[in-house]
Amino acid sequence: MPLIIQYIPYEEMTGLDSEKRIQKLLKVVKQNKVILMEGTLSPEEEAGLIEETMQSIDSKFKGVEISSFSPFDKNTRLLQEKIRQLFLQFVLGRRRGLTIIGPASIVKEIKRDPRSVQLFLSNRRQ
Amino acid sequence: MIRKFKNFLFGIFSVFKNKKHVKLGIYGPPNAGKTSLANRICKDWLGEEMGKVSPIPHETREIQQKEKVTIQSNGKRLSFNLIDTPGIATKIDYEDFIKKGLEKKEAQSRAKEATKGVIEAIKWLDNMDAVLVVLDSTRNPYDQVNITIIGNLAARNIPVLIVGNKVDLKKANVKKIEAAFPQYKVLGVSAEYGDNIEDFYKELFRLVR
Ligand SMILES: Nc1nc2c(ncn2[C@@H]2O[C@H](COP(=O)(O)OP(=O)(O)OP(=O)(O)O)[C@@H](O)[C@H]2O)c(=O)[nH]1
Ligand SMILES: [Mg+2]
Repeated sequence: MPLIIQYIPYEEMTGLDSEKRIQKLLKVVKQNKVILMEGTLSPEEEAGLIEETMQSIDSKFKGVEISSFSPFDKNTRLLQEKIRQLFLQFVLGRRRGLTIIGPASIVKEIKRDPRSVQLFLSNRRQ
Repeated sequence: MIRKFKNFLFGIFSVFKNKKHVKLGIYGPPNAGKTSLANRICKDWLGEEMGKVSPIPHETREIQQKEKVTIQSNGKRLSFNLIDTPGIATKIDYEDFIKKGLEKKEAQSRAKEATKGVIEAIKWLDNMDAVLVVLDSTRNPYDQVNITIIGNLAARNIPVLIVGNKVDLKKANVKKIEAAFPQYKVLGVSAEYGDNIEDFYKELFRLVR
């Protein structure tokens, strides 16, 4: 079975409220696909996703692995850079950045060091 | 004039707040040493332990509260209700518990309880006045769970102190935690062996006011 990566563009999320976004993400992950989503979730949405994930865990579904990247994480003390980031944040909101979400049964670990990402896949049983 | 009135109101408010006791929460991923830190605080200031510690993750599966813990430093006193929470995770697999030596039945019920514990911990975020985020400083701090916890506390304007635990271990890397969360005060300690605990108590006074 090949590993399927599903791209979710930002536009697909904008019309949805938080609850619907979480449902959508979980639905795709439960189909054993890895999501590559444009943009990031809010902290509250991330917490909501964890709660819903916990409620869905059973003998088949073990939960998710998630990692998000945002250029705003950049560690900077330069005022000019900070202002630039705030401006972009204001204009683009959560559109910038990327989020990877996969089912824990497939993605064992997403190792993230600020800029690079490694997906550790489990030896998949057929 | 308006500001004066505002300050006055705030003054009254903080008196009430002190009366009803500050809630100091301990949050973090499973196995970071949250309960070990809670035990350290309770042993030092109450002479008793708070909860059970285990090398198997998700040992704490329900919120634990210790009321009216009073600590002292430099002649100042600080009182709070200490709240130990279940470790927050995005996945729980009972087979991991079997690998750690539990029977299948036991492992399955531990997993079930653990999922509920995670939800409870998240729900309780809203109740906190200040939070210690305990991370295992031998592990990669760029874990989404850490980012989610700290992001949610920031969104609620709850003051945070990041505690990099297990500095007694060779692999400990507190600098890496500092790099991952540059806006926060990060303090390396060993909850188990007591390294840096005096500094930790001093920081508590800065965190909880
Ligand atoms: N070397 C070392 N080990 C520690 C330290 N603090 C805790 N541990 C160990 O880490 C493991 C987990 O400790 P706990 O205090 O149960 O961790 P927790 O964060 O409460 O875990 P959960 O309740 O499962 O979320 C235990 O085996 C402890 O003995 C420390 O400072 N140094
Ligand atoms: Mg614990």
